[in-house]
Parts: sequence; C-alpha cells; structure tokens
Amino acid sequence: MLEAFAAPVAAFPGVAVSMSATYPRRDFLAAGGILTGFLAAGGPLSLLAPSRAWALELKFLSSAEGATLLAVARTIAPHDTLEDAAYAIVVKAIDASAADERVRATVKAGLGALGGDFAARAEPARVEALRTVERSEFFAFVRAKTLGTLYASPIAYAHFGYEGEAFSKGGYLNRGFDELDWLPDVPLEDSGPKAGPAGR
Amino acid sequence: MTQIAQNDAGAVVIVGSGAGGGTLAHELTRRGIKVVLLEAGARESYATFSQNPGEAFVQLTWLDPRTTSGSWTVPEDYPGLPSWTAKTLGGTTVHWTGATPRIQSWEVRARTTYGALAGTSLIDWPIEYSELERYYELAERRLLVTRRQGNSGLPASSHFKVMYHGARRIGYRRVHTGYLAVNTRPADERGMCIQQGFCVQGCKTGAKWSTLYTEIPRAEATGNLDLRLRCHALRIEHGADGRVGAVVYRDPQGKEQRQKARLVCVACNSVETARLLLLSDSSRFPHGLANSSGQVGRNYCRHTAGFIWGVFDKPVKFWRGTTLAGIVEDETKNDPKRGFVGGYHLELAALDLPSLPLAGFPCTLWGRDLGFLMDHYDRMAGMLVNGEDMPRSDNRITLSTSVKDGAGVPVAHIHVDEHGNDAAMRSHAQRQGRAIYEAVGALRTATSRQTPATHNMCTARMSKDPRDGVVDGHGRAHDVPNLYVSDGSALTTPGSANPTLTIVALALRQAEHIAHEMSSGNL
Repeated sequence: MLEAFAAPVAAFPGVAVSMSATYPRRDFLAAGGILTGFLAAGGPLSLLAPSRAWALELKFLSSAEGATLLAVARTIAPHDTLEDAAYAIVVKAIDASAADERVRATVKAGLGALGGDFAARAEPARVEALRTVERSEFFAFVRAKTLGTLYASPIAYAHFGYEGEAFSKGGYLNRGFDELDWLPDVPLEDSGPKAGPAGR
Repeated sequence: MTQIAQNDAGAVVIVGSGAGGGTLAHELTRRGIKVVLLEAGARESYATFSQNPGEAFVQLTWLDPRTTSGSWTVPEDYPGLPSWTAKTLGGTTVHWTGATPRIQSWEVRARTTYGALAGTSLIDWPIEYSELERYYELAERRLLVTRRQGNSGLPASSHFKVMYHGARRIGYRRVHTGYLAVNTRPADERGMCIQQGFCVQGCKTGAKWSTLYTEIPRAEATGNLDLRLRCHALRIEHGADGRVGAVVYRDPQGKEQRQKARLVCVACNSVETARLLLLSDSSRFPHGLANSSGQVGRNYCRHTAGFIWGVFDKPVKFWRGTTLAGIVEDETKNDPKRGFVGGYHLELAALDLPSLPLAGFPCTLWGRDLGFLMDHYDRMAGMLVNGEDMPRSDNRITLSTSVKDGAGVPVAHIHVDEHGNDAAMRSHAQRQGRAIYEAVGALRTATSRQTPATHNMCTARMSKDPRDGVVDGHGRAHDVPNLYVSDGSALTTPGSANPTLTIVALALRQAEHIAHEMSSGNL
C-alpha cells in the first residue's frame, strides 16, 4: 500500500488501474508456475512453520519467471541472512499484481529481457544487468513492490528488530523510549519532564 | 444531528475539515452561525486508527491520483504521490506530526527581506506581523503547544539524544524537543503522549491536537453544525451578481447534490483548493473562480525538504518516541552568506520499517547501499529539513488534461521547477545534518531528495494588490466578496515553519472577521 510513494500512477493498482481486471482462464492454467524452497534450520521461520519445505503457487508467472523475480528482489534489497521465504512474499505480491494485463506484460517483458540465467549469475553481474534497466517502468514497479512488500512482513519486523504496534503495550514512555546510554542525558531546559500530572 | 436544508441560503458552507476548515467550523458555530461542513473522507477515531503502517496510510491518505511534472526530483522518486495529504475527517491534522513553530517577522516581509530574486514571485504579506502574533498566542493556547504559553517541553527520547549532542558539538545552541501540539499530560479532553511513535498513523491517545477530536465535536455540540462526510465538492456556483451561492458536491452514493450558501470557505489543502477553484469556471470567471488575476494555483510552495539519515554502531531504536520531538532553530535566520536566502529548521524524523525505504530514500538507492542502511534499522537516526522555498509563478497546480478521478473529474497536476535557492538550501542543510551525525560517530550518513509535500501552500495567496494574489489579508477573494480561502493556500509565502499553527492562527482571525461582517450585515 505504501508503494503509492514510489509506484508510477499507471502501474499502481487501486489508484489508476483497477485490481478487478478480468483475465481469461486459459492464461491462468497455462502460466501458473510454482516456487519452492527450504527454510534454514533453526531460523526464526522454521520455528513457526509446520514444515521446512515451502512452496508458492504462482497464478500468472511461470516457475522460471518466479525464480528470476526472486533473484531481482534479492539484488534490489540484499540481506544475506534473510531467507528466500521472505523474498518469496515479494514474488507472490507481484504475481498478484500481474492479474492486471498491463502490469503482467510489463513484468514478463522485463524478466524476459534479463535472461533465463539471471538468477544463476553472481551478484555484481546481476547488479550490472539491473543498472541498465534502472530507469524502466519494469524496474520502478519491481523496486517499489519489493520495498513495499519485503519490509512490511512480520518476518521483516522480526529480522530487523522493528517492534511495530506499541499502543496495546502502553507505548514506550515507561518501556525504554529514552534508554540510549551511549550519550549523556539532555538537560531539562532543552527537553522536559517525563509526563504525568506534574508534567506541566 | 443538526440538518440544514439544501435550499437554505443562510448557512456558511465550509469545504474541508482540517486545521483551517475544522477550526473555522468550530469558531463560527460557537458564535451561533449555521455551518454545513463538507468532508470528502470518512470519520475515524482513536479506536479505528490502524497501527499497521500500510493500512493506516490507506485509511488516511488522499489516494485519488495526481500527476506531476517539472525538473524537480519528485516525479522520479514518488511518481504516484507527489503530495501526501489526507482524506479523512480532520484532514491533515490526523496524520500530521504536531510540529508548530511560528513563521518569523522577517519572513512575512519576504519580498522586502530577500529582494528581487530572479525567477521568483515573492511578495510581502498584506498583514502586519504583530497582528499575526496575537493569533499565534491564541492558537498556541488552543493547541497546547509545548514550550509556549507556560507549557513544558516533551522529554528527550533516545533518538533526540543523538540529534541533540551532534548538533551541540558542531556549535548549534537552539536545540530542543520542539514546539509541538502534543500533550505531556492529559489536558483539554486530550490524552497524554505515551512516546509510542505512531504519530502519522493517527494518535490513539489524542495527545496530538487534531480537529477530529477537538474542534469538530465541539462544533457539533453547538447544534449549529451539519457535518456531511464522504461528500466531495465538485464546483462552487455563483449568481449573476458575482457572489457565490451554492456548492455542488458528490454524496456518498455518488449522486450530485447542491447546497445553497450565504458564503463559502474553501479549505481543501492547497492542491485541492486550487483544483476546486479551477473546476468552478464560468462565463464570468473563464479561468476559474476568483481567478481574474490568473494567480489561482500559481506560486505553489511545499517547503524545501529532505531527509538526513545517520547510521551508528550502537542501538538508537528511533521508532520509539514522539516522531518529531526535536528541532534545531539556529539556521532559521536569513543569512545570504550561506549561499541562499531564507532559513530552515532541522527536525527530528523517524519512519516505521515499511515506510522508510519508500518514503525516506531516493529511487536511485537500491542494492548493497540500501541493504546496509536497512540492516542498521535499529541503529539509525533521522532528521528532516524544513526550509523556506521560493514561490515561482509557473510552479503551479493545473487541471490534468489526461487523468480523471473515479467520478470523471480532472485530477490536479503539480508542476514544479525548483529554484536554485531551494537546491542550495537543501544541500547546505543536508551537509549540516550529516555533520551533526558525524560529530557523534556515525558510521555512514545518507540523504533523500525532495520528499512528497505534506506542506502544500500559497496556491491562493493573500496579497495587498489583487493582481498579485487571490485573496486579501482576511482570506476573502479579491474577486468574490463572499468567498473565502481558509487553509494553507492563503499563505502569502511559506516561511520556514511547518504551516499548521499559522493556518489555525489565520482561521481564528478569519472567523472573527466573518462573524463581524455577518453581524454588520456586510455578508
């Protein structure tokens, strides 16, 4: 949703393009691929998941396109210790957006141009390939979707240490909003007393 | 609930319920004046504010498309969102951060202070600063601004400690937790700040002032307010006498309705205010209502803005704490020796994890540089530049010739060619910001480019000479005696202050003026 910041209007479903675009069922059957992987043993996800193996069904992208896309997402936002399963959520989100014919065409053409061996290339080669398409609608869309999806997932919250919603826990007023101890405290005249009835 | 008949020509119609419209609605209704308040958005509450950043964004943001062009970097970095405004009861006072500095005395004499700067359309404000000051005091009492009118400051968060010590080490002296309309203790039926950091998602304790839970319910309690939610104004109509007489709007069912009006106050946030006036063209006003000057939509200002990020090797956890509770005031002076006129604030700024990469970085940032920053999310500190930008005649809001909203109405197009002064200021401010973080041991610093405007200003500006602007010193249209502009559009120039306090101050003043004119039989 926050991708509205970075998505070109034309490619942002829900703004200018309807998400409810219809598509022929034949496409659905012909195109649908599958993306699979294994969770790292002992990783945070493996503790939650019923099985270490995961599989993601794609509706509009092929298995090969899904694998390329996952590598694109990892190149745009590389985090070595973040599992493929986190990036698979990005692939799933882009596959869902590809319900829109125009988005689908843009994504498929962009992935095709990167070549079938994109995922197998070393990172510098992947970066170089993406640099050449950096100003394309394809890249802008995939970058926005990657950033908009990857960091919004509970997996990311856990991985990057973001605590999310805090209202139900009473905020941080008494739970460490000022706990930083590697710098001195701020003098009272430049800050203020910690709340409460005597806070005025 | 009070109902005012659609053919009742005695009511004031206010379009928009934010800092300007919401405040004005309260001020008029409490004086016994009947008001119809049209709001395009729905009504949220403490209970319904989502704490999921993506959901909250959709809940509160104006998502109807807008298009953009010009040499500024926003079309590249934020093509889908050139301006970040709200569509919800309370308007941007729901998603604002509560920052309430004042515009300064020399800033209202912008043309006099800065001179004839090539490529700008600077003018002086038509009102004296001493006049504005009186209403600033009233506004600060109304909003309960910290560090003003006897209120204490907010306590220092971990995040502010980083900014504070960095700023002090490079020689800044006016560094503190800021002027914010955020309660440090329960007061005026608002709760207190619990330092949870979710300011822009809607404040669930009501510590942060918003017309949603102060001015609007108080206006409702007078029995003089007819609030119409999810009603989107389409055009303002005038009679043969050149006075406005009705507002046509789309109701929640998508049906056109027409409300008669004694006078109309437009407060839709600068982009939409200009759009509504431009959509209200007629044979008498072929270029848009109240636009004989051609100034409607022009001189669009949005503040010179941009993030500075510092990455440290020790935890900061900048999401904890009041989002904007920190400010450096030393650079708000006008000192052309720095290479630009006007001044800027540096303001503390944190973003939640999902928003940071989308709102906080330029589109050119990806790959290992992005990975490094995000890997340090819990060890980052952030600031936002808020500086005076230069008005330019051709930086303007027009009606899109290609894109229409869901109801088939042309959307707003935002064109900006940034003035060299803005770029020089941003560059200076971001250099200073980096120095602040380096002074406390930053491993690395990063910056954004211009960010989507949350401060939209000056598109129907106040002017002494009707040829230079759209409204007079009370916000009354030069062309139309019973049409007012009641939001940030009316600001003559932006100054370096976040605009809400000034909008509230002007709305308080305008309400007095309107009430006086009505009782004197002039309106």
